[in-house]
Amino acid sequence: MIIKDKVKMPVLNKKIRQTNFEEVACGYDIELAKLEAKRCLDCKNPKCIAACPVQVPIPEFIKLILEDKLDEAYYKIYEDNILPAICGRVCPQEKQCEGACIVGIKGDSVSIGALERFIGDYALDNDLSKNETIIEKNIKVAVIGSGPAGLSASASLRRLGYDVTVYEALHDFGGVLKYGIPDFRLPKNIVTTEINKLRTMGVKFEKNVIIGKSITIDQLLNEYNYQSIFLGTGAGLPSSLKIKGENFSGVYYANEFLTRVNLMKSHTFPKNPTPVKVGDNVAVVGGGNVAMDAARTAKRLGAKNVFILYRRDMDALPARLEEIHHAIEEGIDFRLLKNPVELIGDKYIVKQVKCEIMELGEPDKSGRRRPIGTNKYEIIDIDSCIISIGQLPNPILRESTDKLDVDDWGRIKTNVHMTSIDGVFAGGDVVSGAATVILAMGAGKEAAVEMDKYIQSKKQ
Amino acid sequence: MYEIISKKVLNKDVDLMQIKAPLVAKNAKPGHFIILRVDENGERIPLTITEVSDDLVTIIYQKLGFSTRLLGKLQVGDSISDFVGPLGKASHIVNEHKIIGVAGGVGAAPLFPQLKEYKRLGKHVTLVIGARSKEHIILLDDYKEFCDEIYIATDNGSLGQKGFVTDVLQTLYQTHTYDHAIAIGPLVMMKSTVELNKKHGIKTDVSLNPIMIDGTGMCGNCRVSIGGKTFFACVDGPDFPGEEVDFDELIARQSYYKDEEHICNLGLE
Repeated sequence: MIIKDKVKMPVLNKKIRQTNFEEVACGYDIELAKLEAKRCLDCKNPKCIAACPVQVPIPEFIKLILEDKLDEAYYKIYEDNILPAICGRVCPQEKQCEGACIVGIKGDSVSIGALERFIGDYALDNDLSKNETIIEKNIKVAVIGSGPAGLSASASLRRLGYDVTVYEALHDFGGVLKYGIPDFRLPKNIVTTEINKLRTMGVKFEKNVIIGKSITIDQLLNEYNYQSIFLGTGAGLPSSLKIKGENFSGVYYANEFLTRVNLMKSHTFPKNPTPVKVGDNVAVVGGGNVAMDAARTAKRLGAKNVFILYRRDMDALPARLEEIHHAIEEGIDFRLLKNPVELIGDKYIVKQVKCEIMELGEPDKSGRRRPIGTNKYEIIDIDSCIISIGQLPNPILRESTDKLDVDDWGRIKTNVHMTSIDGVFAGGDVVSGAATVILAMGAGKEAAVEMDKYIQSKKQ
Repeated sequence: MYEIISKKVLNKDVDLMQIKAPLVAKNAKPGHFIILRVDENGERIPLTITEVSDDLVTIIYQKLGFSTRLLGKLQVGDSISDFVGPLGKASHIVNEHKIIGVAGGVGAAPLFPQLKEYKRLGKHVTLVIGARSKEHIILLDDYKEFCDEIYIATDNGSLGQKGFVTDVLQTLYQTHTYDHAIAIGPLVMMKSTVELNKKHGIKTDVSLNPIMIDGTGMCGNCRVSIGGKTFFACVDGPDFPGEEVDFDELIARQSYYKDEEHICNLGLE
């Protein structure tokens, strides 16, 4: 029998949320997890697996939950996804596994993300780690960037027996998981614990090393003798609106705003000395996950009114559904069909945003209805503006590496994961442009297989 | 952790430190900078590399804000949490002969490697150095080792000419000509130097030090308007052609967190 309604995950009271950075979604306990697990039909031809970028054997791990074999459920997921506690929280499940779930046709899909998270958290709480026998190859490989792509590549390479060193430019490991995604969505201790697991596995981590500056790709290959390199440097360069007034004080790119809070912990200022200020009225430009994170963070920092300015309508918002729901619950004001055209300031400090009112026309290439300007404008008083309209790859690597081919957007060109430099591979946002954690992890995992093939073929 | 190998107090506000950081030293060139964090809660603060030798990187800092004051409390043998670089683009060394370097206050530190590089290339190097008073003039003996001419200005007249560097320049330009200038110091000083040089047809490179977080082109806090276009000082600079810099915008951006800086400093009293 199909149970149409999913088991709802308990969430933190919305009034409490606005005063702290505690995680909002509280997770299932074992009873709720089992109730939800019962809804899985264990399909013969599971569409959910095919829709997962790393092909987690979803019905199998769900079945193990029902059988009370939680350790085994974790090991089952871990074979394909080393970060279930993280992916369970940040994957856009409605567009992937849950979007393909058969139960979802007539009711709610099985909450696969919530179940994955439950198992991931169970493993963290019980300090589970799979005892894997690693047969050492004694061959050095380097992974550049410790975000989702790099972590996934390093785990796969280590399992194959390689001597793996991960280089990170910042002072802390995890990439976007640390500087980008806020604590209320992904508590940072989870990321740290998962990275420590990789350390136990034998992966080496070096912080404060900027590849291209501190060590060049050439030096890694020729002086450090790495046999192959994986570039997982992500998409860190903020896109600009290219409108007047963008350099006024009080105008942030989401990267700066979120890095101040997530990495530098400026919400605890002055205990942590990096400051941040938002004022009473905050405009956030954009409709993706980063925009939701920025808006909800601004609210928690004490902003009275936070507006999301988005040039399309509610249905076209690219953010995860759960984040949109939480943002609405927290009082974020969605000002849709508004396209900022100018930031107005006084003495170089932003005071207002001028928006063109848009309407929707025919569908464009993305299948969404194209926003068209109406020549009507609205001016909103603001104290700060956070621009969250996407990121592109950071230019440092390509500017310091002669033979690295990139496209017009600065994304690294690859052929079966190999770049234009022999032995140098790449994956994740640096290749695809800003996408999701799980797509980057999938790319890291696949690239590791190609790196292994490359190294083995060179040995012969 | 990165060990402090030596420390020299240059005056009551300014210290020099040598930090052991082989990876930074290896690829460093004049104009590059580093970002450091004093402790594990620390701010990321950018400082220009003054000199490198073997594994050691020399930095000079003014104990003005919370983090530089905290750094100043450390001694030889202590370590700091993080030290990353070399960052930014190396200085644009132009092929001109008569070079004039203009240093304001602690700006004498980032100017030092650039002028030294010009001297190494066989150029004629003049230094105009200014500060509040005699004790705030730094690196004078080091500059004396290679500069062809040195002129000094102090606000109170305790050393050299009384007045600003621009006063010295104005006098100099009556009798001397120069092919290219580099000015590094407080924003107002760079702005007025650039304006004066423009009148005399001298191009001026400046080194900008806006607020930064990551220093790798990620946050965009350090954006500056150069010739009407936006650049990130951390990856596109820190050196820019002075004539094209929107100094007024930068001065405003620089002071955005003034109140917060004050709150932090209170904690150190």
